[in-house]
Amino acid sequence: MEDTTTIEEGETNKDIEVAPALIAVHPTQKSVAVAVGSDLRIFDIEAGCAASLVDDLGGPFHRDSIRAIQYGAEGKLFVSAGDDKIVKMWSTKSWRCICTVCSEKRVTAVAISNDGLYVCFADKFGVVWVVDLVGFEGNQTLVNKKATQLLSHYCSIITSLEFSPDGQFIVSADRDNKIRVTIFPKSPLDGAHEIQSFCLGHTEFISCLAFVCARECLQSFLVSGSGDSTVRLWDISSGDLLDNCEVGIKAGLLESNGSTEQHDHAVTDICTIQDGVLLAVAIQSLQGIVLMSCNLSARTLSVAKVVSIAKETFIPTSLGTSPSSRLLWMVTGVSNLPGFDYLSFARVRVISGFDVEQEPAIIEDNKIPGGDTLLENLQGSAIIDEKIFLAAAEAVKTAMCNLLIKKQYPAEKREFRKKTRNDRKVKF
Amino acid sequence: MSETELNLTLSKSTGLPRKRFYRARAHSNPLSDSHFPVPTSPSHVDYSLHYPHYFPSSGQINSSKKIQFADIGCGFGGLLISLSTLFPETLMIGMELRDKVTEYVKERILALRLANPGQYQNISVVRTNSMKYIPNYFEKGQLLKMFFLFPDPHFKEKNHRRRVISPHLLDEYAYVLGVGGIIYTITDVEELGEWMRACLENHPMFEALTEKELEADPVVKLLSSATEEGQKVARNGGLTFQAVYRRTTPS
Ligand SMILES: C[S@@+](CC[C@H](N)C(=O)[O-])C[C@H]1O[C@@H](n2cnc3c(N)ncnc32)[C@H](O)[C@@H]1O
Repeated sequence: MEDTTTIEEGETNKDIEVAPALIAVHPTQKSVAVAVGSDLRIFDIEAGCAASLVDDLGGPFHRDSIRAIQYGAEGKLFVSAGDDKIVKMWSTKSWRCICTVCSEKRVTAVAISNDGLYVCFADKFGVVWVVDLVGFEGNQTLVNKKATQLLSHYCSIITSLEFSPDGQFIVSADRDNKIRVTIFPKSPLDGAHEIQSFCLGHTEFISCLAFVCARECLQSFLVSGSGDSTVRLWDISSGDLLDNCEVGIKAGLLESNGSTEQHDHAVTDICTIQDGVLLAVAIQSLQGIVLMSCNLSARTLSVAKVVSIAKETFIPTSLGTSPSSRLLWMVTGVSNLPGFDYLSFARVRVISGFDVEQEPAIIEDNKIPGGDTLLENLQGSAIIDEKIFLAAAEAVKTAMCNLLIKKQYPAEKREFRKKTRNDRKVKF
Repeated sequence: MSETELNLTLSKSTGLPRKRFYRARAHSNPLSDSHFPVPTSPSHVDYSLHYPHYFPSSGQINSSKKIQFADIGCGFGGLLISLSTLFPETLMIGMELRDKVTEYVKERILALRLANPGQYQNISVVRTNSMKYIPNYFEKGQLLKMFFLFPDPHFKEKNHRRRVISPHLLDEYAYVLGVGGIIYTITDVEELGEWMRACLENHPMFEALTEKELEADPVVKLLSSATEEGQKVARNGGLTFQAVYRRTTPS
């Protein structure tokens, strides 16, 4: 076959199995969740202790790497899902699993509708599924729930899924540089057929999406991060590209003549702070984050500053924040690290000081809400060897490249593959 | 493509490209990753390359003229050639996955343009996987007509998602078609015909054309006669199954 990587063939490369650690923060910072490999760790900041998850189906809750975790906008619901093709919905009050849904394929992204009535998840074959929680009161367990198909990106890996702040649209991004904006219908179980726009402009896979909206401004805008080392600002109702910030170059990571490998500086996560006036951006190989500011009246994005993390090799794999607090939570880690004995290691760090007068800075471990107890619980072990951080970041990078970057075969090799094919002759 | 190159592959008697130079595989896997260039967005499609008569210089995208007909899986291009003279002012494009077949259609069009000055300037072809890249070529509501003539049947249940008409792909077709735009489908495989009709019938943004409308539409007559595949079926006396639907506003 002339064309090479068929996602249908399934991925066997072991590198691909490495999953980055993820972090999510409760909307009012009641709790913080970290997922590393198949491990789901929740720390209840209010109670000052780890939350103990309860699942009537028994443990382990997940049998393979978790790829997506998400709190609902109202904070009552939490969803976890991943490579074990299982989607679990948890009540954040009791931390009981209220619903388990099976997916046909590995799950790559989840989103909860703003009213908490619908849970959507995307799979590796580009299909977005929806589960309804209509009528759910918060304490019963829902059995035999099934997901129905909502929409599909034809045979692409969906990398990110978000509801627009007004709940009108569901936005899905994929490995084929495409962002699709679909009207979220009144009866989602009948499918979402009406496409509002496509946001096209990225030249590599999309890795993350986030919304920005100023308080006085009723309109919201989409930002996206990509393997092309840019962050872009979009008008989702038209699909128009409003601004393109070459964050890799602006942050001084990339030469503008492109001498460094672009793939080394893929944007991996974006988190909006202060309603989106500020964006925290994680970039591969960057020890720290890039702070970007978004001018919504001029519709521009610019790099405000790079917050480096001194004295520690820390390349965040995931970012999280809550609208109520002014803290940015970061995690770095991997599911399993070839050549190291540590299992499911993670390191959590927090940045504060996003208010105008202050300088954003890393908080000392003991000043983090929840303190050392939180870190012990979320990180999985107390102290971790420095070397691991870098190895972990490298492993995550390799895995992401293998999964999302299209393999380009040199022309001669392609010719050879063509010549050696035996199915070329056809009758006309 | 230079003229000498072109001449090499044109038949001396007909002036048309000879098919034996364009042997190709019977099928490509539409699920595979691709190596052909894909325009980043519809505004990146270089019209001057496809329609030099209408767009003399490249990079000049000021003209409001846009592609309005798309023949998906155009094969050897017979439909485009018939439509070209029927709608001489409408820009049309064929989308074809097989590179050799695409090359053939390209040369066929170039030869027709040479032999008939001023004509066939409104048709072109592009090698792409229509199932993945339709939104890269057309803006919302840009198209008036889409054609799916004798698409590959993909019989096995597990291969149904490779079918070029499916409930999810219809969402994208509804996006690129303007309200009132028409999808034309035809096949000689009864099972596929039923499938395409059912997909269209069940979609909230399409409605069937009435018998009267079908009779009045000059394009309908071309469905079974204009393409190479249609002619083959007709020669063998095979039955055909068509479904023609209009894009509506969702209720
Ligand atoms: C049976 S032929 C019919 C050709 C033509 N429409 C006719 O009626 O003669 C189907 C054509 O669709 C093309 N095709 C299949 N899948 C495609 C895809 N995803 N994108 C573009 N073309 C595709 C095939 O290469 C083949 O040439």
